[in-house]
Amino acid sequence: MTTVETAVGTAKTMVLNMGPQHPSTHGVLRILLELDGETVVKAIPDLGYLHTGIEKSCEDKTYSQVITLTDRMDYLNPLGNNLVYCLGVEKLLGLEVPKRAQYIRVMMVELQRISSHLVWLGTHAIDLGAMSVFLYCFREREEILKIFELFTGQRMMTSYIRIGGLALDPPAGWRQPVERFLKMMPSRVDEYETLLTENRIWIGRTKGIGYISPEDAIALSMTGPTLRAAGVAYDNRKVFPYSSYEEFNFDVPTRTESDCYARYLVRVAEMRESLKIIRQAFDKIANEGPIRTEAPGIIPPQREKMKTEMEALIYHFKIFTEGFSPAPGEVFVTVESPRGELGCFIASDGSPKPLRVHFRGPSYINLQALPKLIEGQLISDVIACIGTIDIVLGEVDR
Amino acid sequence: MTGSSSKNANVVAERLRSWDPKAVVEVLEFRGETTIVVPRELLRATAERCRENADLRYNLLTDATCVDRFPAEPRFEMNYHLVSIPRREKVRLRVWLGGDDPVVDSLVPVWPGANWLEREVFDLFGIRFLGHPDLRRILLPDDWEGHPLRRDYPVEGYRDVPNTGELFKKSSTP
Repeated sequence: MTTVETAVGTAKTMVLNMGPQHPSTHGVLRILLELDGETVVKAIPDLGYLHTGIEKSCEDKTYSQVITLTDRMDYLNPLGNNLVYCLGVEKLLGLEVPKRAQYIRVMMVELQRISSHLVWLGTHAIDLGAMSVFLYCFREREEILKIFELFTGQRMMTSYIRIGGLALDPPAGWRQPVERFLKMMPSRVDEYETLLTENRIWIGRTKGIGYISPEDAIALSMTGPTLRAAGVAYDNRKVFPYSSYEEFNFDVPTRTESDCYARYLVRVAEMRESLKIIRQAFDKIANEGPIRTEAPGIIPPQREKMKTEMEALIYHFKIFTEGFSPAPGEVFVTVESPRGELGCFIASDGSPKPLRVHFRGPSYINLQALPKLIEGQLISDVIACIGTIDIVLGEVDR
Repeated sequence: MTGSSSKNANVVAERLRSWDPKAVVEVLEFRGETTIVVPRELLRATAERCRENADLRYNLLTDATCVDRFPAEPRFEMNYHLVSIPRREKVRLRVWLGGDDPVVDSLVPVWPGANWLEREVFDLFGIRFLGHPDLRRILLPDDWEGHPLRRDYPVEGYRDVPNTGELFKKSSTP
């Protein structure tokens, strides 16, 4: 634990302990602030309060069992975590996923992106004193969570994306709620913008706050909306497309001001782009077709086959008792999570349990730039800067 | 995709070899990913080369992590994942470290973003990074014993777990 002594100031400065139980840290983040009056001279983040050893637990589970753990890292983006892990295992095995499953994955992950941005917008606005935005954002997030519940049976810990495809076929009548959401959402995004974009207090609290140059942002390994607000159009969906993203038409919103206001505009624009992608995916998803690839011994057989065919029953039993063993080797896959580049590194030694699973959490790495953003700023801007990086402490500490 | 990656592997290996023939120990290809194994002494210089060379331009260090291959020796395998945003290419640099001397040069002077990545590896694997400005534990408390992601560290940890049988005996005999 970082003690106050590590940040002890001079006679002119004082040390303030912020967190770990501070509402604006979105979890349990502690920051030691060395202050000269109201100006931050030095900031030392202290983390690990939510460390659960997920990476160690992964080493003691079979490849399929790890999926439920991934939900629990970035709890605002469980489908994205499922996706990156499954893409990793699929790459390790050399599996190809059916197109229909890929499009459903894209649709779900983009819905997740909107819901995550809504939580971000609502809580960030609350931190800066705009209470009502939160209520609007959570109203729409609820609609998305209802869609998740319909598809997966769960609102948050979905575990819907599985190795080789999906857990379930979309339920009957899934198109109506998604269609309704797609019709409703654009005007709702306009509504948030009416509340904030030209709001003088909002502009006063965010414009020119928390600047970072694009060179510094790249040197500090920042990714996601924070990097795009600095003018670098780096988006994994475009640069290293996965899950058929190359077939979708969308733009990567960027700004050049690189302050809290620019990051807000980028995220709002991203919600609109996500809606475009969901619409395209919605049209591409066929009503019939496989949702899982065929790979005997790796992917569980269909229920009817398992009940009627001897061989399928044996495979079913083997997959759920000892699992499957990919060839030895290492893969590193990345996807664009709402917070930035989410990476998954998997090393296999040829046994049914992974030798090592490592997650490159964008929250963890973006948080490292926090001192750079807030040093020299006022203490009230610290809150704006923490909010603007959009961290989820479950992913930071893992 | 595999074609472009092996072409990229050749470019990286060739550029590095033309700079110092000793810099590339081995080039590995697996599932379309390129791994360049680098000798420990040359890691920082090679990383700098990867970032600065006009044909490579790996400007983003996206990830750094370790794999413990205990009981094999050398047991630790440090993997650095680099991305070139302008060239849209990825590469992995790898260094092998022995269990009796897990020390390697820090990459913080090359990419400041390596700071927390290396602190995490120090915390969970006990690998020391020379020239790191602030090598402290990051996720675990400072007084934690051992490095939990090492393969010889039990999943349950070293701490005494209360034996429920013993507890029952104690409570039932006055």
